[in-house]
Amino acid sequence: MGKTMAEKILSKKSNTSAKAGDLVVAQVDLAMGQDGTTPLAIRSFEEMGGKGVFDPDRIILVIDHNAPSPLEMVSRLHDSMRNFSQKYGVKLFDVGCGVCHELMVAQGLVVPGDLVIGADSHTCTYGALGAFSTGVGSTELAAVMIGGKLWFKVPETIKVNLVGQLPPGVFSKDVILHLAGKLGADGATYRSLEFYGPVIDNLEVEERLTISNMAVEVGAKTGLIPPDEKTIAWVKQRSKREFEPVYADSDAHYIDTITLDCSSLSPQIALPHRVDQVSSVEEINQEIPIQEAFLGTCTNGRAKDIEVAARILTGKKIDPRVRLIVAPASREIFMQAVKAGWVEAIVEAGGTFVTPGCGPCVGTHQGVPGDGWNVISTANRNFKGRMGNNQAFIYLGSPATVAASALEGKIADPRKYLEG
Amino acid sequence: MIIQGKTLKYGDNVDTDVIIPARYLTATDPQELAQHCLEGLDSDFPQKVSSSPILVAGRNFGCGSSREHAPLAIKASGVKAVIAASFARIFYRNALNIGLPILESEEAAEKIKEGDQLEIDLDKGEIKNLTTQETFKVEPFPPFLQEIIEQGGLMNLVKKRVVHLS
Repeated sequence: MGKTMAEKILSKKSNTSAKAGDLVVAQVDLAMGQDGTTPLAIRSFEEMGGKGVFDPDRIILVIDHNAPSPLEMVSRLHDSMRNFSQKYGVKLFDVGCGVCHELMVAQGLVVPGDLVIGADSHTCTYGALGAFSTGVGSTELAAVMIGGKLWFKVPETIKVNLVGQLPPGVFSKDVILHLAGKLGADGATYRSLEFYGPVIDNLEVEERLTISNMAVEVGAKTGLIPPDEKTIAWVKQRSKREFEPVYADSDAHYIDTITLDCSSLSPQIALPHRVDQVSSVEEINQEIPIQEAFLGTCTNGRAKDIEVAARILTGKKIDPRVRLIVAPASREIFMQAVKAGWVEAIVEAGGTFVTPGCGPCVGTHQGVPGDGWNVISTANRNFKGRMGNNQAFIYLGSPATVAASALEGKIADPRKYLEG
Repeated sequence: MIIQGKTLKYGDNVDTDVIIPARYLTATDPQELAQHCLEGLDSDFPQKVSSSPILVAGRNFGCGSSREHAPLAIKASGVKAVIAASFARIFYRNALNIGLPILESEEAAEKIKEGDQLEIDLDKGEIKNLTTQETFKVEPFPPFLQEIIEQGGLMNLVKKRVVHLS
């Protein structure tokens, strides 16, 4: 019997012939921590008696969740990361560099076939490059920083075939929201996803990242996309590392296969407070006024996302009752947006930009909603209280949906702005 | 190890943002985290937990963020064990690593009611509902994880190995 991508990568990294259900101890290629979870990992590292790291070039720290610091206590935690980075020679991306998951891929750190752990649940994003990547807690990050190894239960895999062609105004975010609605928030718990089909083939790498990013929202350990020519060219442009892409065997065993025809898909909205409570935009028959619109995050803060918003907003004004906040996913994306005129278009329309990083997604700064507010966001989570106020209501959609909604002051269908 | 106590019951998809909102992650002291544990879901939780230290919940408990502060906050608030129909995988690992006992049983999660008196035998993987006299069996942890649990979490296991190596 052949193996899935997850089985193959975990076999290779553990020097075993691993099958779903096995427990293996595997060598990790890269370990990442951000400022919400690393301070606790540093404390664990010290409590464990850590005297050094297994390989400073394979550990990456990023200050993105609370950046720049909104509180003195946060500044102290950030300094603990800076001190750790200096002491052990570990790479640190400081305030303004961007969101950890964008940096891990765009800076050429992750390559296809890697095994990556990160103390952040959206570490699964790198599955879009064909890397087995998954989120862990702080104590596990500390253990990996010391020894470079971690235990994994080899997951069963669900194969997802995305067939057909995406209609204009419908994006990879709509695909993954639709899938979340079908599978449910725990539909792939303890499992890996593998994505195939013409929809995936036609997406650019940065659009595929949106899909893998949200694998954890259906409970999955990772969301793998087999590397194709686009992936390989994209990685080679960014990384000097040599790599060997890993593919599933043709006779691999899948616990389930799901096929979705995306040809008639509409823009999708996840309703508060659940990622799997998903509706197409035309099914929402009541008017939902919005007070905040947020474009950014590890899901949708990339160049194409800002470009489509700028295209919709150019020469127009957003509804004056809406706060539109944009957080580019990295400094490079921000610069690109400046040079291309997207920043000007969005700011002239009434939007505002915050530091490249997580922005208001995680509810610590830069746009905490008020009581009773409705927020339309490009993020991956709409849990109650997620953005810092449990009296607010978060709706999730694509960057185009967010821009169209900011214009109209209510949840809106972006397609009319993108036709022709 | 035997755990006894009354239960508090919650629903499906109790996420880590509601267990401990991100704005409190500035605290690394578990006692401080405990003050805000589950406040978004049940503002009376800190009072209730002292007399009802076993949490019973539905599916996908602990979904969302990887923050280890979530099981730390639950443990420090006085919770002795969490029984759920299923756990999100990062929470599951984190709970084991910090020594918070967790038990996965769909049947137990469904049948146990709030306020029931339970007796949990962690070694045998058995939950006895003393109020209704029902008993639920729980799948034992694989030996590899048993070792982590017996050492009191990954921290202690690594500590031992680091000391052993040096």
